[in-house]
Amino acid sequence: MDVAAAKALGAGIAVIALAGVGVGIGNIFSSLVSSIARNPSARDQVFGLGILGFALTEAVALFALLIAFLILFT
Amino acid sequence: MAASGEPTIDALGQFKLATAFGPIGASVNFTQANLLMIVAGLLTFGLLYYGMKPRAVVPGRLQAAAEMAYQFVYDMCIDQIGHEGKRFFPFVFTLFFFVLIGNLLGLLPYSFTYTSHIAITAALAVAVIIIVTAVAIIENGSHFFTEYFFPKGTPKLLAPLIIPIEIISYLSRPVSLSVRLFANMVAGHVMFEVFATFTVLLSGIAGIGWALAVLPIVVNVALMGFELLVACLQAYVFAILTCIYLHDAVHLH
Repeated sequence: MDVAAAKALGAGIAVIALAGVGVGIGNIFSSLVSSIARNPSARDQVFGLGILGFALTEAVALFALLIAFLILFT
Repeated sequence: MAASGEPTIDALGQFKLATAFGPIGASVNFTQANLLMIVAGLLTFGLLYYGMKPRAVVPGRLQAAAEMAYQFVYDMCIDQIGHEGKRFFPFVFTLFFFVLIGNLLGLLPYSFTYTSHIAITAALAVAVIIIVTAVAIIENGSHFFTEYFFPKGTPKLLAPLIIPIEIISYLSRPVSLSVRLFANMVAGHVMFEVFATFTVLLSGIAGIGWALAVLPIVVNVALMGFELLVACLQAYVFAILTCIYLHDAVHLH
């Protein structure tokens, strides 16, 4: 296998982690929606927490993406 | 990835440092990152100085912006750290605005994002962790080492498990803090670059190429909106995590 093909495969494998991140972000927003639906007055407090959780989870996706970039471009 | 002749995706070229101000800048290695850091500092200073100059009871637009910025970070400190948060407010305010304006300046065309360099985010994260540790030791003395890494009321049997986990999680904080910001900025700008290159590649197709080349531009416009959100969100996350770490340092969990 030549190096370019191996790099492309490696980058593809590196972003499998995004599946887990998708589940995580879906979980965060599903619980955010259901908690606001149960108690709309708590929206202001819960929304900030949800966005914080989203940002922390998204960071995990970006770690995987960064590895893919490193494999592809360096 | 060197396909000869064809245009390729040069995704990381935009992060190269170049010297500013011609030969004078080159002789002292003054890069565009340094220049933009100074611009960010001046913008923050200008917002606060010129915003608060009128000292009107009914604030004008600039004064309202300055007051909102102040109030936003102040509330964040008080909410997260508690009453002691007032002392750390200047530090958190500086960090928040340095990161926020760095992220936003990077979105201007032909600009440069200094927060997309791990050296800069790592320096910020190391500064945060050193200050947090110093605050914890000053506030709590030697209790910090015993109580922070082995909280009260934990069964003695769990000590060999809890203590290494706490130490590792404490030491991994600066890593995750710096890599999160850096990775977000790099990924966003690489996406811009990739879609912009698609435009060039598609316009090379004979006949319908020009019509197809509009599509990646549309994607880039949407991405720009997303990146604006990410720029603000990451500055917020950086500041709020600093607040949470300071809370842990002051109150020991």
